[in-house]
Amino acid sequence: MKEEIIIAGFGGQGVLSMGKILAYCAIMQDMEVTWMPSYGPEMRGGTANVCVIVSDKKISSPIVTKYDTAIILNQQSLDKFESTVKPGGLLIYDPNGIVTPPTRTDIKICKINAIDVAAQVGNAKVYNMAVMGAYLKMKPIILSENIDKGLAKCIPARYADLIALNKQAIEEGMKQVEEL
Amino acid sequence: MAEKILMKGNEAIAISAIRNGADGYFGYPITPQSEVMETLMKERPWLTTGMVVLQAESETSSINMVYGGACCGKKVMTSSSSPGISLMCEGLSYLAGAELPCVIVNCQRGGPGLGTIQPSQSDYNQCVKGGGHGDYNAIVLAPASAQDMYDFVDWGFDLAFKYRTPVIILADGIVGQMMEKVELRPEKPRMTKEELLKVAPWATTGKTADRPYNVITSLALESDVQERFNQKLAAKYEVIKENEVKYEEYMTEDAEYVFVAFGCSARIGEAVVDQLREEGIKAGLLRPVTLFPFPTKRIAELSGQVKSMMTLELNLGQMVDDVRLAVNGKCPVGFYGRQGGIIYTPDEIVEAFKKFNNLK
Repeated sequence: MKEEIIIAGFGGQGVLSMGKILAYCAIMQDMEVTWMPSYGPEMRGGTANVCVIVSDKKISSPIVTKYDTAIILNQQSLDKFESTVKPGGLLIYDPNGIVTPPTRTDIKICKINAIDVAAQVGNAKVYNMAVMGAYLKMKPIILSENIDKGLAKCIPARYADLIALNKQAIEEGMKQVEEL
Repeated sequence: MAEKILMKGNEAIAISAIRNGADGYFGYPITPQSEVMETLMKERPWLTTGMVVLQAESETSSINMVYGGACCGKKVMTSSSSPGISLMCEGLSYLAGAELPCVIVNCQRGGPGLGTIQPSQSDYNQCVKGGGHGDYNAIVLAPASAQDMYDFVDWGFDLAFKYRTPVIILADGIVGQMMEKVELRPEKPRMTKEELLKVAPWATTGKTADRPYNVITSLALESDVQERFNQKLAAKYEVIKENEVKYEEYMTEDAEYVFVAFGCSARIGEAVVDQLREEGIKAGLLRPVTLFPFPTKRIAELSGQVKSMMTLELNLGQMVDDVRLAVNGKCPVGFYGRQGGIIYTPDEIVEAFKKFNNLK
């Protein structure tokens, strides 16, 4: 199993940390991971993206140009990455702020209104976990117990009380993801 | 088994320095390596191991602080990225001239000049052939993963003290910024004064009655003294070439075509080899892990077995000269590279490879 994922959106949406948590969850499942962020001019323009690869085997190139999954959180990223999803692949996006929705017919497209999920859970900061939940519902590559372990690794001990909230956001994201 | 932690290559450098008993780090921030000092400042090792971490006012200062620490026999290091390394080159030459051990990390970005902040391998010639003035070489190690970044700090210090020479860890923006699993090896404490005197009897630790003054300098006004010193360095480099060459091979046993690539390019090269093998083309990869000393002998051997070789470099073709020297005309040697911070894809490399070899 090898899954190549691009996660892209605005800085502050938790793109990089979602990638990190996903990578840690995969490590808890004894998988190999690479996490390669954008750190160039695009980051300085306010958008952020990260390429996460999880695999059963050693990962050679950490940089790819075609993805199994694109997780898209703003219009710029949708414009940039829709065409990079492999045929038969998956595109998950948050419709908030999207004026031109994705049009491809050879990939699976899903919607997650993660702002609503975060509001329901009661903390805007778990926005990215709602998105991750949507992804893990569509591609259940990580066992639930390893999601717990990955979260515990990423959230500093002083915020341990937030683990449950994050888990709740993941679960709600799983429930509320919509396949189009 | 030891715990595996997800971290950036740059973080791995910092954590490894603390855990492997480094005495001091002196640096100045620059993308894409700023996380080295950021991590050290966050970890505050001065409260635990006693390691000094200091942000200098410039790269020129950092390298001269390294010179000072190294004179005292301390395990000292710095890190920077390409333009910063250029500023350090005077100090690098002085460190080599004074035979001082230290570790210098270059997390390369595209140049020349201020260039780009994106990954590059265009400092190969600068770091492998010298950089500073005078007849000298530094040992150059080329990491390809976050684990390499962790491991090469300790290996670098070992080599630096064994040969009294600066060691450069020639990384790049990818290896520095990418997060991967890193296994933390058992810790090594900082050297005690007694250990230091044993490992570095040449160090300026204060004259005692039982020995003459230790003098550390790179100045020799008399030509015959300077020439004797140059020849001593040359002899040392020969020993290093004999004993310290390290490389890795991927599917070279039956290879008809061999790629040569270091650092992040070696990983992309592996993907290329896999892709070509799927098409039934017998490709392989040689990854020099040490760039000085260079795996000249092994490349020469392989050149007798293959139809051609090709280097993959994120520059305009620098290591390819060393591969051509090793091959010495026994097979054609090609080069494929991208510049300016653009990373090649396996697909475009396959295309360039086929064009070079007249394959369909």
